[in-house]
Amino acid sequence: MHSVEIKDLDLSFGAVKVLQGLNLDIHDGEFLVLLGASGCGKSTLLNCIAGLLEATDGQIFIKNENVTWKEPSERGIGMVFQSYALYPQMTVEGNLSFGLKNARVPKDEIARRVARAAEILRIEPLLKRKPGALSGGQRQRVAIGRALVRDVDVFLFDEPLSNLDAKLRTDLRVEIKRLHQQLGNTIIYVTHDQVEAMTLADRIAIMKGGAIQQLASPSEIYNRPRNKYVADFIGSPAMNFFEGVLDGGTFRVGDLSFSTEGYEFEKAPSGPAFMGIRPEHVATGDSATAQPIQLESTVELVEPMGSDTLVWATVAGERFRIRVDGQTEIRARDPIRIGFSAAQASFFDAASELRM
Amino acid sequence: MADTTVSLAMEGPRGPKPRRRLSPRNIMLYGTLIVVALYYALPLYVMIVTSLKGMPEIRLGNVFAPPVEITFEPWVKAWSEACTGINCEGLSRGFWNSIQILVPSVFLSIAIASVNGYALANWRFKGSEVFFTILIFGAFIPYQVMIYPIVIILREMGDGISAVTGTEFRLMGSIWGLVLVHTVFGMPILTLLFRNYFTSVPEELFKAARVDGAGFWGIYFRIMLPMSLPIFVVAMILQVTGIWNDFLFGVIYTKPETYPMTVQLNNIVNSVQGVKEYNVNMAATLLTGLVPLVIYFVSGKLFVRGIAAGAVKG
Repeated sequence: MHSVEIKDLDLSFGAVKVLQGLNLDIHDGEFLVLLGASGCGKSTLLNCIAGLLEATDGQIFIKNENVTWKEPSERGIGMVFQSYALYPQMTVEGNLSFGLKNARVPKDEIARRVARAAEILRIEPLLKRKPGALSGGQRQRVAIGRALVRDVDVFLFDEPLSNLDAKLRTDLRVEIKRLHQQLGNTIIYVTHDQVEAMTLADRIAIMKGGAIQQLASPSEIYNRPRNKYVADFIGSPAMNFFEGVLDGGTFRVGDLSFSTEGYEFEKAPSGPAFMGIRPEHVATGDSATAQPIQLESTVELVEPMGSDTLVWATVAGERFRIRVDGQTEIRARDPIRIGFSAAQASFFDAASELRM
Repeated sequence: MADTTVSLAMEGPRGPKPRRRLSPRNIMLYGTLIVVALYYALPLYVMIVTSLKGMPEIRLGNVFAPPVEITFEPWVKAWSEACTGINCEGLSRGFWNSIQILVPSVFLSIAIASVNGYALANWRFKGSEVFFTILIFGAFIPYQVMIYPIVIILREMGDGISAVTGTEFRLMGSIWGLVLVHTVFGMPILTLLFRNYFTSVPEELFKAARVDGAGFWGIYFRIMLPMSLPIFVVAMILQVTGIWNDFLFGVIYTKPETYPMTVQLNNIVNSVQGVKEYNVNMAATLLTGLVPLVIYFVSGKLFVRGIAAGAVKG
């Protein structure tokens, strides 16, 4: 059963086309993350689903009902905004009950739902306070509560954690995941933070230029990116790329030639291509000797991050990133032995940039 | 070696840098400020002093001398006895006329302009920017150009209303005609003020209210209005001051029975019959200026806050 369906959605502001022929099916109870760089149309899509922006063309279904012409309040959605958007002159309780009062829900029912939301989000002691007297994390909890009391099937989150500091963001991220497990609602979550996307999502939709590049589970997106953009966007530090030529069982880049053994090609492996290998899939030192592809290089720069260390080197004339354990003793200008396997790499057609 | 570093650190500059009180810069600065302050305060001082003197004392000619014998006679006379032509009710009649003009004009202009500004800021429609530009353009048209057309509009509208209701109704010369004129002329600048303020309210707040099922008026009354008190105070001050001090529209669109206070003040001060009673004139002028002054002192803090929050920005 589909919870939210988007069919051939177009949206343009004047001559600027933000979304073009977008199709998306979201399952019941699914946690879907819309991920992309700023300006990719992910927030616009969310606003369209919420009914805050009118579609130029196309249809939106929520719970198999066509809601394309419906008001936001009639669509059965709750929304959480980046800036919390709490009504400053109302208490927390007033904020939570505002929507219900507008919908003329009976008083005892309002009280019951507010109490339940407050209990779930642990904001009971704050009910009589104004938003101005709350911390950022508390405010965002109240904002989530405002969506919660509406008793709806679909929650829309518009970068809800971007205004919080790093520590709080991790805490609240876990809470949102827990909340989803507890309630089982459909959640559509917009973010530009790939860590949020990877940790929270059942499926991620990576967007660019108003179109979805890939819609898949986090592991699929990480391990088998559909195209070079997705491969480059997901993963931090970013994937290493070589531009070369595929010729049967080998990939030639400059004077080097790598064996492609272990990689399952979807298309005939020939012609100009990109090879991508993630920094964390590169082995160094003794363990490199076990890998099918081996190289020698020199360390240029070291970025220690505590849990692991990022090493910069040059391979085949390209900057090459390697992620090593944080305990490894390594210094700039040290010689380094690198090893990796084509089984963990990705190959993309040089012209179409699609996965091969 | 260690000793020298310590002593060097002790001797060097430390803490706030000392400043001289009587530097040339300060003398220039405060000197100018004091002169300018005196320049502005002196006329007010002369007015207050003169209004508290009797006529014999004024005839001595010492304008700056404080009153030897303080009398409130001129104030009483200005308020309730001063004559304009055959009418000798003093300023009080003009005061009540002004109040009757002021209250509905301020209320109406702010009510309409705030809704205008809210609609233009949050409910953009096709052509709303053009509409806004045209409205703002109105602020730059000199009033004098509009005087005669408005006379005709008021006359015709009055006749129209009379025809519809069947009773004699004259807009021209009545208080309501002037209220209408003030409301219309306040519209451009007030709409600009409110639109800019509402534009500075985060858009997400408005979106959240829409998801919560509030409509046009629901969002206006329950969300926007309660959080925009400062800008309403600013608008109120602008309107009260402007309408209270208005002379031109008052003298044109009303008749002697409905003259606002400013027009009546002019008639008292410029009356050519009899002795010129300077003390009464001064008292009358001070009385007329009192209302905007009181409003400003009562709400001055909010005024500054509102200006800073929305009027200047955007």
